[in-house]
Amino acid sequence: MQLVNERILIDATALGRVVRRMAVETIEKSEGLDNLVLVGIHTGGVHLCERIANAIEEVEGERPNSGRIDITLYRDDAFLGLPRPVIGETRIPNDSIAGKTVVLVDDVLFTGRTVRAALNALLDFGRPSKILLAVLVDRGRRELPVQADIVGYNVTTGPMHVVEAELKESGGTDQVVLYKRRTDAQEGGA
Amino acid sequence: MMDPMNAGGGPLRHLLGLDNVPAETIQLILDQAIHMKDIMSRPFKKVPAMRGTTVVNFFVEPSTRTRISFALAEKHLSADTVSFSPSTSSLSKGETLLDTARNLEAMQPDILVIRHRATGAPHFLARALNCSVVNAGDGIHEHPTQALLDLFTIRESKGRLAGLKVVIAGDIAHSRVARSNIFGMVSCGIDVRVAGPRTMLPQGIENLGVKVFDRLEPAVEGADVVMMLRIQRERLGEALFPSAREYFRFFGLTNDVLSLADKDAIVMHPGPINRCVEIDHDIADGPRSVILDQVTNGIAVRMAVLHLVNQARLEARGVGTGGPTSVEAMEEGT
Repeated sequence: MQLVNERILIDATALGRVVRRMAVETIEKSEGLDNLVLVGIHTGGVHLCERIANAIEEVEGERPNSGRIDITLYRDDAFLGLPRPVIGETRIPNDSIAGKTVVLVDDVLFTGRTVRAALNALLDFGRPSKILLAVLVDRGRRELPVQADIVGYNVTTGPMHVVEAELKESGGTDQVVLYKRRTDAQEGGA
Repeated sequence: MMDPMNAGGGPLRHLLGLDNVPAETIQLILDQAIHMKDIMSRPFKKVPAMRGTTVVNFFVEPSTRTRISFALAEKHLSADTVSFSPSTSSLSKGETLLDTARNLEAMQPDILVIRHRATGAPHFLARALNCSVVNAGDGIHEHPTQALLDLFTIRESKGRLAGLKVVIAGDIAHSRVARSNIFGMVSCGIDVRVAGPRTMLPQGIENLGVKVFDRLEPAVEGADVVMMLRIQRERLGEALFPSAREYFRFFGLTNDVLSLADKDAIVMHPGPINRCVEIDHDIADGPRSVILDQVTNGIAVRMAVLHLVNQARLEARGVGTGGPTSVEAMEEGT
């Protein structure tokens, strides 16, 4: 399958501003940093989560707790026989989110299935007082009743589109790109 | 002995032995086991990864550690499990292995974990049945999950596998633990030395890529890991050595012998221990012993194996019941 670059949704300059705005919204919507835990979804949400935590520290002078969660063992598509995903690290501060305000962070919100899995995974670490969802890009086309509370960028996409957040931490150039899948006859179909 | 039923480089459809399993598959299992061990240390020790999967634990030979370890691994992964052993089964009524297994399969399990006194029993069942088979020890042949937990424990303690010097000492000839470890360790680039009385060293063992010693001291010199094997009195009678006391004198691990190893060397034993036959009290309970870590790690490694085997099973089935969005759901997740 070949991906054709359609357009850049967020470039490097805009990305910094978007992350700062998400950080401010996170502060506004959580009741105090002491009770806040940011949790990035492995892999795409982890770096974004750290950036938001850094931006919060710049504004507030104090860094919120942060962690990461891997959803491999909570996915709903295991029985589809898709290629095996490799388990990543899960790290929740003090192994507990009981009574906390949790902000779950991911790069791209699409079908909502990843978020469903992440919620199940999170809830195995206790009963939080509240969970919010923060995403860099909401590309629509939900398959589950999930909505984000903090959104960096909204875009309407079709089923042939792929949205990639290419952050420096994972070898990218700090931009979010909208791609289109090419499925002409020479490709042999996907 | 090549086994086409084993992993090769592809998905781990069965785990029958470590013979012919490539190093990268072993690394994958050990890497995933790190995360499985994390799950065991959480307040809530359960993930839904194997929900709806049925596992039958078929133990036709006494086992405490391995049976409980598999059972816990399965429960941590949310599999549905049934266990049975000869005293509670029709095997004591004269049913053949294949008939018992066919009846088991008619109950539609997804994974069969088998411990059997006959070499090759798991391989036989993997060919005869449709479910995935995990070998929990077959006769004197292989015990792959024990070797994997040993490799995991060594890597956890030493930070690496390649280039380490490991001694496996005792009854090499009758030890499935030794065989699986030799396959796995050689594949991972470990310098393996085996040591034991001549009567306990199988002919041609050096062809597996190990150095052979008929005395313990020179084998232990400079070693990073000393793995003592259990003298299996129930298999041997007393035929292979004059007495347990004499065995201990020449092949028992004492502080004097251990002082020849690397100063940071660790001591391992697959259990159950015969104290003062193969290993001294001081060492079994001492600071260099990782014997109980091996037990804990066994659960994590078995979780990793079961999860990978289950994924391979689902892949092989290749069901596409998810509708047109399944590929997209996959991409969102990665």
